[in-house]
Amino acid sequence: MATKTQSPRDAQLQPVPSAEDEAGQAYFDKIIAEDSRIEPADWMPAGYRKTLTRQISQHAHSEIIGMQPEANFITRAPSLKRKAILMAKVQDEAGHGLYLYSAAETLGTPRDELFDQLLSGKAKYSSIFNYPALTWADMGAIGWLVDGAAIVNQVPLCRASYGPYGRAMVRVCKEESFHQRQGFEILLELASGTPAQKQMAQDAVNRFYAPALMMFGPNDDESPNSQQSMRWNIKRFSNDELRQRFVGMIQEQVRVLGLTLPDDEIRFNEETGKWEYGELDWNEFYEVLKGRGPCNAQRMERRREAHENGAWVREAAAAYAAKKAQKAQVA
Amino acid sequence: MSGESATRITPGNALRPEDVAERVAGGVQVGEDVGEYALRLGDDALILAQRLGWWISRAPELEEDVALGNIALDLLGHARSFLTYAGSAWGKTEDDLAYWRGESEFRSCFLVEQPNGDFGKTIARQLVFSIFQHELYSRLVDSADETIAAISAKALKEVDYHRDHAIQWTIRLGDGTEESKRRIQAGLESVWPYVAELFQDDELIERLGGVAAHPSEMRAPFDALMAQVLDEAGLELPDVQPAMTGGRGGKHSEHLGYILAEMQVIAREHPGATW
Repeated sequence: MATKTQSPRDAQLQPVPSAEDEAGQAYFDKIIAEDSRIEPADWMPAGYRKTLTRQISQHAHSEIIGMQPEANFITRAPSLKRKAILMAKVQDEAGHGLYLYSAAETLGTPRDELFDQLLSGKAKYSSIFNYPALTWADMGAIGWLVDGAAIVNQVPLCRASYGPYGRAMVRVCKEESFHQRQGFEILLELASGTPAQKQMAQDAVNRFYAPALMMFGPNDDESPNSQQSMRWNIKRFSNDELRQRFVGMIQEQVRVLGLTLPDDEIRFNEETGKWEYGELDWNEFYEVLKGRGPCNAQRMERRREAHENGAWVREAAAAYAAKKAQKAQVA
Repeated sequence: MSGESATRITPGNALRPEDVAERVAGGVQVGEDVGEYALRLGDDALILAQRLGWWISRAPELEEDVALGNIALDLLGHARSFLTYAGSAWGKTEDDLAYWRGESEFRSCFLVEQPNGDFGKTIARQLVFSIFQHELYSRLVDSADETIAAISAKALKEVDYHRDHAIQWTIRLGDGTEESKRRIQAGLESVWPYVAELFQDDELIERLGGVAAHPSEMRAPFDALMAQVLDEAGLELPDVQPAMTGGRGGKHSEHLGYILAEMQVIAREHPGATW
């Protein structure tokens, strides 16, 4: 039987069981049972480390790729106030990427390596960003629906068992709620504007509604990894629980906007106490995930281009820092 | 150069664009000369913000996405304040001025209109402009016009950080690798023809007296600091002739038309709309 070649990092992630591991596992189990926090220096199972590294870095990559559809409108924002708000928002996303890469680094994988995983296509980012931002109203729909879905997903993560992740999420969520409000405000302004503006707003909501719902991931029976994440207190609610909570939330808010959601099957089921909605096109979800969305290639190309064009700058900064350090040593 | 964050200005001390708008709404109105001067200040900041905004999501490091974004955002804030104030001369808002003027009505200098180029050129442009703007605002905090003085006081704290950022990067690139040294030097050569325009006096400046700062008086301190930075970075002062320019009189580089086409397109598709 052919054995899979292990990278040095994979090897690190497969600790040889020892007495220390047994004590570590016992401590880890106790912390999880108490719903308390695991910190970077604590012993943790290899699977826990791997799952978290994957989840946190995917989240970081999503922030970074997610800058693109909005950055696309910075130079065209139709008022100076909106331009300022949008710039601040996209800049926040770079900041979120930074906290999250830092949180992931505490698990032992450096940022450069995580970047390489993104650029090589090994690591994923949220599929929502593979849809194009076509009109100014998309800035509203992205803020309201995409950031709105992100908040519903992320608020429970503030209590994630891994300390650095949970703490990063507290700050991320505060800023996300601001982002969602600005998206809602853009749509509100458009919906009460000229007929062309209102139409632009409705069109944006129509296009982003289903992709936003799919941000919660596949239905629960299609999501095998969720159970383990819930046992580890990383994930607190299932994909479907979060999704139906989000549908209820936006169903209320869309009325204030004077717009509609493109699904006439949305209703509150009194018996189950849950929101119900029309079946989503999961085929499309998997197609986009496999790289066949409208913008997958474009997003990756832009990221790769920025990374490659910046290589000489990073090399210069490193060379300068090394010279400084050498001078300091001599002195 | 303070290490204070440019985004942490105490609310009580900061004059925001909204505060300027409130003053204007309360009846503060400027004469056309002061309006014209405020347009120059606002347009330089606006066009440079527009240029720098392009970098967000394209910078060499995430930290630079944040830093260049921050600088662009600060400049946009200055632009909004100055344009709001300038607009009071003609009953126009910041958006009327930003989105509905044509090229020849802009008063920006050639330097800020120059393309971003690579990171080296952007930093070279930042170095020149932030040293100039620092000298400018340091003088305008004592302007005889109270609003210009107040906007400049807030802006100066931010430009102090922009200048520091540009100086640090110039030194790092100059003293980094051969490649980075070549690129930052090329960036400096490329923007240098547009330095002289920043320091030209004209009749408007003379008429404004204590309201404006004399550009020609800022050249010596600009040269002194520039020489010091280039020396530390191991770079050469460019030996390049100044270009014929005319931004203050509405004669621009070819670049401005494209900048405005992009900036104004959505607003102009929807005349009379609010956002």
